[in-house]
Amino acid sequence: MTIPVYSGPFGTAQAERLLWRAGFGPRQGEDARLARRGLEGAVTSLAYPTQGDRLVGRHPVDGKGHRLSPTDRFGHDHLWWLDRMVRTSRPLVERMTLVWHDWFATSNGMVGSQRLMIRQNLLFRRIGLGSFPGLAMRVTSNPAMLVYLNGLNSSKEAPNENYARELMELFTLGAGNGYSERDVREQARALTGWTADYRNGVGFVRFRYRRERHDDAMKAVFGKAGPWNWKSAVRLCVEHPKHPGFFVRKLWDYFVPVPPDAGTQAGLERLYVSSGREIRPVVASILKHPLLYEGPRMAKPPVVYTAGMLRVLGDRISTEDWVWLNILSGQLLFYPPNVSGWNDSRWLDTSTFRARWHVAGRVLRKHALHPERSRKLDIPADPEKLVNRALEFWGNPPISDETRGVLTRFATKTMAAAVADEGRQRTFPPMALNGLRHLVAASPELQTA
Amino acid sequence: MTHHCDEFTRASLMRRAVAEAGKGLPAVEPGMPLPAGTGLDRRTFVSRAAGLALTVYGGSAALPGLLDDGIARAAEAARGKRVLVSVFLPGGADSLSVLAPVGDPRYRRLRPGLALKPGDGPVLHGDGRLHWHPSLAPFAQLHRQGKLSVMPAIGYAHPDQSHFTSRHYWEVGALDVHESTGWLGRLLDVVGDSDNALQGLSLDGSLQPALATARVPVATLASPAEYSFGSHHVWDVVNELMEDAIGDLGALSRSKDPVLAHASRTAAQSHRLKGELARFVGKDGKAKYGSKAEYPENDFSNRLAGLAAMLDAGFPIRAAALSGPGDYDTHADQAGPLADGLKAVADGLAAFQQDLERRGIAGRVLTLVWSEFGRRAEQNASNGTDHGAAGTAFLIGTKARGGTIGEFPGLKRLDRDGNLRATVDFRSVYASLLEQWFDVDAGRVLPDARKLRRVRLVGS
Repeated sequence: MTIPVYSGPFGTAQAERLLWRAGFGPRQGEDARLARRGLEGAVTSLAYPTQGDRLVGRHPVDGKGHRLSPTDRFGHDHLWWLDRMVRTSRPLVERMTLVWHDWFATSNGMVGSQRLMIRQNLLFRRIGLGSFPGLAMRVTSNPAMLVYLNGLNSSKEAPNENYARELMELFTLGAGNGYSERDVREQARALTGWTADYRNGVGFVRFRYRRERHDDAMKAVFGKAGPWNWKSAVRLCVEHPKHPGFFVRKLWDYFVPVPPDAGTQAGLERLYVSSGREIRPVVASILKHPLLYEGPRMAKPPVVYTAGMLRVLGDRISTEDWVWLNILSGQLLFYPPNVSGWNDSRWLDTSTFRARWHVAGRVLRKHALHPERSRKLDIPADPEKLVNRALEFWGNPPISDETRGVLTRFATKTMAAAVADEGRQRTFPPMALNGLRHLVAASPELQTA
Repeated sequence: MTHHCDEFTRASLMRRAVAEAGKGLPAVEPGMPLPAGTGLDRRTFVSRAAGLALTVYGGSAALPGLLDDGIARAAEAARGKRVLVSVFLPGGADSLSVLAPVGDPRYRRLRPGLALKPGDGPVLHGDGRLHWHPSLAPFAQLHRQGKLSVMPAIGYAHPDQSHFTSRHYWEVGALDVHESTGWLGRLLDVVGDSDNALQGLSLDGSLQPALATARVPVATLASPAEYSFGSHHVWDVVNELMEDAIGDLGALSRSKDPVLAHASRTAAQSHRLKGELARFVGKDGKAKYGSKAEYPENDFSNRLAGLAAMLDAGFPIRAAALSGPGDYDTHADQAGPLADGLKAVADGLAAFQQDLERRGIAGRVLTLVWSEFGRRAEQNASNGTDHGAAGTAFLIGTKARGGTIGEFPGLKRLDRDGNLRATVDFRSVYASLLEQWFDVDAGRVLPDARKLRRVRLVGS
């Protein structure tokens, strides 16, 4: 049984969707360039990038023009990462970093150290397309995670079950999927031994494993007895027969909003196991699957929506406003709401819609045409032409006839209100174009991909 | 400048940063108990759903569309029902400044740099030993009118002096670091609706832990006046046409693609919602609450003014919570900041009370003002005070019984840490409110409710 591969036309629209699912949308013209590579070439260029981690464009600054302090200042961690999303040349690597931040969700609300959170982020970026067991191993001993899920408080005398439970429930197996409460307790014992020092004003430092804190007696995990330690705890999970099924399905859900058919699921599991539990080939197969191109759309997560607009316009990060605007939109990076990450089915509601409107407005502000001072810009008065100009501004994203109709009606009514008024005939075209750009950004097509 | 202890400053900065932006649960420090509401942690997801510019927490039926219907139905059912407003003074307000035993020589000895003098503030009606802080003159007047009950020494046995632990106890209504739902949240789980998120309303951007529920949804509300859709360099009639066009983006509501249809419906709903909230927004884009009292100009008062307007408009609110202005963790140079904070609290709440009375809805609103603890009887070397035990609380409303609940214990017999002893347990106050105000068996909300003494809080 082979995994189906999309065989329809691979044009700009397909390339555009791929860039949104596997990254942060196209730069101007990037979708057309990617389309020319064909499906196979396009996915290969994303999953096997040949160039290094090159950031294109001007480096980010805060609202005063100063360099960011991502490890110190509140919100600068968010800006620092958002900037990477905007400027990366390896969008899938960056998107997978976001996937792992959600999968192994760790919140700085609990960790209390931007330094430790960024260290974890670098780990996701460095090995996020490599071996999953390797990733799970590094996450288990990762300082931010040790703080977040109480690995530090867990000793032979008082094993803490928090990480043991989530390791199985959320990270490797799924709720109640092939383990018992007894396994949770035994795994908690296996995971004991980590410690660190708390230094006032700095936070946790000197993370280390101390044998005397570890419970080295026999444990029975999934019916296997042994003197298991933290490495064995992870190994037992990723070698559990239920793990490949969980891994494939959880990874799939980040890219495709409808479940895989049984054949696809089985094929991806086999691919995962035969590749030595590598992440990259499974992601590449999902990115070539017909359902990614023919299935329903997905809502863009708030940071993807934000970064994508800056990316297509080639704008740099130069304000802290993205922090509160993204909080209002429901996604502050490094602060997922809980250990199960963000809820991807709940991005769009009347509260977040308003926030996203203001995100788009903040992006547009520096591009806004002054109604009194745009004479030389040759802005058309024809409604159809105004709509085309607004779509060109955003790189000609595909848009439905219905939405085009809404935009055209707005432009038509605006120009009708300017009839027989010389002043309005001068000021309304630029205002209509400003409004059209904003409406395009808020349209159902641009909220989703 | 006020000097806080480190743990308080860092967490409160974090809370504020998140609250400022209008969303998010309070931050947790390592080793501190999880605030209630973080208990929505793994299994009940913090969700955001359609509704009145709301962030909705928990609840199974909090789905777009359903929520609007639920609120409409609940508005009918909740007509005229009783409401409790919880006002939290963060940091541990100094009870010996709030109500000062100015005539006691021990007080002057313990507070050489901070003692208030006779004549600084009004005498407490009914207990000549205590004088009000001068900033609390509006409270003194409400007290004389029988609309305010004073609890001069409220707390619990074996007081914990951590901000987080003690606040947590008050929020959850139990001396239990593991409890993850708030006491008002559990009340709403009993009396509330599975699809009315407005029943528990957090007014300052982040979920107040006392409102954290296990079953039913509750919400945070950004200011109605902030629900707007402008655009830079889009003016007058063009702006109006653009806002209408947002509603028209609902053209894809019936698309076969469910996500596209949802995004389209959301645009249409947002446009409709803006219309509904328009009654609270003036032509100048500022809040228009039709307040019937003069509120001071600050966020706290604006929120109270908005709350009074929403109650008057029939929004189905049963419990509301917000933090009061000021930082009460006054470890150094406390006199000035404390006076400013208390003044903003008292002036705002006095205006709120007057607004409710003039709107004719004061009979169904009670306001509880509280802080996580009081402060050490003896001041420190920096003209500040350190964490103490018993604090002060107030219950305000025309239906409050008035008077004093629990004796002022005096300074003669402090506890072994040199702190004021509590003469009334906050859980007794909760149990009494549940029974006398909400007509709910306290045993359904508070653990060991049978063992808690009841106090008479609600007048006839």
